[in-house]
Amino acid sequence: MERMVQTEDLIFEYAKRDEEGNVIGAYRAIDQVNLEVEEGQFIAILGHNGSGKSTLAKHINAILVPTEGAVWVGGRNTSDARELWNVRQSAGMVFQNPDNQIIGTVVEEDVGFGPENLGVPTDDIWKRVEESLKAVGMISYRHHSPNKLSGGQKQRVAIAGVIAMRPKCIVLDEPTAMLDPNGRKEVLRTVEELRKREKVTVILITHYMEEVIDADRVFVMDHGHVVMEGTPREIFSQMDMLKRYRLDVPQVTILADELRKRGLDIPAGILRKEELVEAICRLR
Amino acid sequence: MSIKIEHLNYVYSQGTAYEKQALKDICLEIPHGEFVGIIGHTGSGKSTLIQHLNGLIKATDGELYYNGENIYSGNYNMKELRNQVGLVFQYPEHQLFEVDVLSDVCFGPKNQGLSKEECEERAKEALRLVGLKEKYYKFSPFELSGGQKRRAAIAGVLAMRPKVLILDEPTAGLDPKGRDEILDQIAYLHRESDMTVILVSHSMEDIAKYADRIVVMNQGQVMFNSTPKEVFSHYRELEEVGLAAPQVTYIMHELAEKGFDVNTGATTVKEAADSIMEVLGND
Repeated sequence: MERMVQTEDLIFEYAKRDEEGNVIGAYRAIDQVNLEVEEGQFIAILGHNGSGKSTLAKHINAILVPTEGAVWVGGRNTSDARELWNVRQSAGMVFQNPDNQIIGTVVEEDVGFGPENLGVPTDDIWKRVEESLKAVGMISYRHHSPNKLSGGQKQRVAIAGVIAMRPKCIVLDEPTAMLDPNGRKEVLRTVEELRKREKVTVILITHYMEEVIDADRVFVMDHGHVVMEGTPREIFSQMDMLKRYRLDVPQVTILADELRKRGLDIPAGILRKEELVEAICRLR
Repeated sequence: MSIKIEHLNYVYSQGTAYEKQALKDICLEIPHGEFVGIIGHTGSGKSTLIQHLNGLIKATDGELYYNGENIYSGNYNMKELRNQVGLVFQYPEHQLFEVDVLSDVCFGPKNQGLSKEECEERAKEALRLVGLKEKYYKFSPFELSGGQKRRAAIAGVLAMRPKVLILDEPTAGLDPKGRDEILDQIAYLHRESDMTVILVSHSMEDIAKYADRIVVMNQGQVMFNSTPKEVFSHYRELEEVGLAAPQVTYIMHELAEKGFDVNTGATTVKEAADSIMEVLGND
């Protein structure tokens, strides 16, 4: 497997400025982060508000570049200005608020915006638009106005816009925070499909613990550091530790834990409804 | 003391090509002191509905009574209604604007015509209630973290001492701890001050944990209006309209299908654990 993303002793500092705009200090948002993501993996990043998750994510498509250390995306150093467009083409980003990232007045134009900026020939653009909209299940809306779509549909259009640039990696920064349960399901299903069918590397940042149970690896951030790393099962079996980092575990895991505390013989690290139902059935 | 809505309709952009009926024949009563949850898919009319409650949007037709008075009657004091019915919008931190946190929270009471001392007293009380420490009072609102900004913004509404507090997705984008802290604080306020709370949320788990009653909106209409237990027993219908039941409710239904005599009406972890222990614990 090839390495998709690698950070090497990454440090990022925001400059603090006074009212005249003079730099009066620095705030270290990322402190010595080393992480590796292999091609095709599904990575989840958890962490409380202000832990550095989004700052880290912005390094992956060179919206930010390291103050110290280095970030490599698809083998390219993001600090190298000549590689900027290549980096951005290999790693696309989807943000929290769908209304902030849709610019076209018609769905298909919005999706075509990315490839158009890459200088893709017109015929090819339309091909890519069609493929991308099919991949997110929005092809029947191609002539619609984005304004009339639901939140989940808008997010899928935003994802299609990213896929149309044929990135190897997609970074999603809380893509479901503003969506209703159905919208959340739609977006997650879409991401899952992309990963399976198109072999796109997925880096998902979220506050919903249920969304990361299928991840290959989970990273937990706190104060700019990666403080926990492991499979979802490894991470979610450490409930007390997660609580200390202002996080939580899925509701199923809380219930399993509660039953164990009350004396039932339920194994640790349960993440899915089916697992808990099975464990309870075994007690009959 | 209550809010009473009778046959309320609201049509956006009436008479234009964009005309859309957002609310259809809503009839709803919210007695004083209740904790009501409102759920519904995106575009179901939740936000439009709550903006009627403090008169920000005027119904196309139908009536709305606050404490028995029709707010659409000609001489109704709208300003007083807005003093009593506090509305916290989605992403309320986008509305912070003052030079420091304390001044920002003082803005509401200042507009109620209170003296500077009274304003500050109320602002400090509100900031204590949302758990924002004194050291932040002189911070610029923009120096705060996401969760802190959200608290400051909620304090801004609490400082007006509303009788009814309406919150539109107050925890969207907050980390789990921040989410629990804010909702626990609101539940505490509700218990201590018998304030009516109306909470709009996309988290079925949160709604199940805090609300006495749930109103389900679908395509501009009230689909269900009942206890969490009763509403979430319709989980299949809820799924059809883009919603869901809390995770534990699904587990209870699956256990029941496997032949366990558990309470399928459980909507919180505690209720579920109690019921499972009752069935299994004595073996």
